[in-house]
Amino acid sequence: MLLAVSALGASAAAQTAIKPAVVYSTGGKFDKSFNEGVSQGAEKFKKETSIAVAEFEPSNETQFEQAQRRFAQRGQDPIVAVGFSQAVSLEKVAKEFLNTHFTLIDMVVPLPNVQSVVFKEHEGSFLVGVLAALASKTGKIGFVGGMDIPLVRRFQCGYEQGIKYANPGAELIANMTGTTPAAWNDPGRGAELAKGQFDRNVDVVYAAAGSTGIGVLQAAKDRGKYAIGVDSNQNHLHPGTMLTSMLKRVDLAAYQSFKSMQGASWRAGVQVLGLKEGGVDWALDQHNEKLITADMKAKVEAAKADIISGKLVVHDYMSNNACK
Amino acid sequence: MDDALSLVFVMLAATLRVATPLVLCAMAGLFSERSGIIDVGLEGKMLMAAFFAATTAAVTGSAWLGVGAAIVAAEVLALLHGFACITHRGNQVVSGVALNILAAGLTVVLGAAWFARGGQTPSLVGEQRLMPLFFSKAGDNILVYVALASVPLTWWIVSRTRFGLRLRAVGEMPLAVEAAGISVAWLRYRAVLLCGLLTGLAGAYIAIAQNAGFSRDMTAGQGFIALAAIIFGKWRPVPAFGACLVFGLLDAIAIRLQGVRLPGLGEVPVQLIQALPYLLTIFLLAGFIGRAVAPKAAGIPYEKER
Repeated sequence: MLLAVSALGASAAAQTAIKPAVVYSTGGKFDKSFNEGVSQGAEKFKKETSIAVAEFEPSNETQFEQAQRRFAQRGQDPIVAVGFSQAVSLEKVAKEFLNTHFTLIDMVVPLPNVQSVVFKEHEGSFLVGVLAALASKTGKIGFVGGMDIPLVRRFQCGYEQGIKYANPGAELIANMTGTTPAAWNDPGRGAELAKGQFDRNVDVVYAAAGSTGIGVLQAAKDRGKYAIGVDSNQNHLHPGTMLTSMLKRVDLAAYQSFKSMQGASWRAGVQVLGLKEGGVDWALDQHNEKLITADMKAKVEAAKADIISGKLVVHDYMSNNACK
Repeated sequence: MDDALSLVFVMLAATLRVATPLVLCAMAGLFSERSGIIDVGLEGKMLMAAFFAATTAAVTGSAWLGVGAAIVAAEVLALLHGFACITHRGNQVVSGVALNILAAGLTVVLGAAWFARGGQTPSLVGEQRLMPLFFSKAGDNILVYVALASVPLTWWIVSRTRFGLRLRAVGEMPLAVEAAGISVAWLRYRAVLLCGLLTGLAGAYIAIAQNAGFSRDMTAGQGFIALAAIIFGKWRPVPAFGACLVFGLLDAIAIRLQGVRLPGLGEVPVQLIQALPYLLTIFLLAGFIGRAVAPKAAGIPYEKER
């Protein structure tokens, strides 16, 4: 034991030994989407440093506060809290443990020991909207959101702008799964919503709904329609019907939090990651390369370049709670 | 005209897809409650069945083995309920709630241990799922037809057979049944086993027909909605079936109405649409269906006279 401690001490000279932890959101670590992205970041860190990452998957929202506090009491540091719904409890817990570093993904808590990482989902969604409009034959395009909150409206709004940019005549049919956190974890309802849209001639659907999205992507596969994944690269789930995925690099957010903590360069404050910062993007890999024509690729890359250069501004729903 | 026809078709299909597990569950609960055993554990049985259906289908590659495993899993819980309530005369509501909690926890724990995916099972493909039989758009797999057939079958068993007569009698006045020389316990066990069979099918439908795999708490309260349907239907198969269809139709309408501009009203808020089924439930319960009278002996453990 002593040996182990002294060995750790030796390496700590260059890199501080840390005890990182992750509190996932209610969608669960294996939602193949948002939370799974974070877990991939944590896995990467684990592999590189062989430092264990403590993890907790709450089964409901009331467990957020307990989990955050428990980790802080045990001396875990830094603690990554995944998802906007942890903000309220994190604000409380972070004030109690001023020496613990917290990273909150998807929401801002302005405290000196909290690092808030938010993404410009509207920019990434714009790009997949362009692809959806170009791939659609019927001109009717679907969207299935998770819980009806401004954050999800931001996905929808960016997506809609992308669709109109590529095909002004296209029509968007949007559904929200629900108004409670259970909406992130209801694949059956997601599938039903998607089928409802397909019945109305939709032929491309974008799911921004955590675990619920799995049902949407499955329904698209069953009906032979295109689907667009979210957060993680979901192209591999159903090669052939997965048009693309809107990447949100939550894996980077978690990984960098741990890594910077180790290198003692961890900073509190707000980080906004957009296309320019590589925080969001669209996914192209061996699973969907056959579906993306050269023309589509050229158009979406042009839009991407314009957004990065500032020539094209994608409106952010959350700036005024309206999509215009 | 074609448009209207196809709209009717897709609405009907959506209603049936959503109503199938409700119908199976309602018929299941009906058997149990008609025999005098209250079953709050429909949800738990269905969840456990869904888990074992997905697990077995994923491991063996056969949807049919999945259905079999679902039935076995639901029967095990049903027997547990019977053992607690019939043999040991325990409180039926408590036992049912306990089964729900057991299923919610056990499925996630076993799933996490076996597949290391946080309680989910691997996604099912091809042969591992029950596919639509006639209309690929409608999603009419075999279990949808089984659910439809279960209604007249339940009606026939309950009201036209000797077993059904005794079943009703044991739910109203078990003493009389005992006096006629028939075992109350054995009758009730048979009812509970029928309940297990049907909830097993409902769970299998959710995991390997409607969806492609199990995920945590995927039954999402449908067992309780089925329970409400039984009460709506006053413990009779055909009205209970009607109630399930109404719930299914409301759900289908809620999905179609979202984001649609209605003439004169503008866009209907999501929240209102989603509250619609519940509003209607209260409305119907308060004014239209009248008093629902449960089987007289439901919930009362039967003790033999000495």
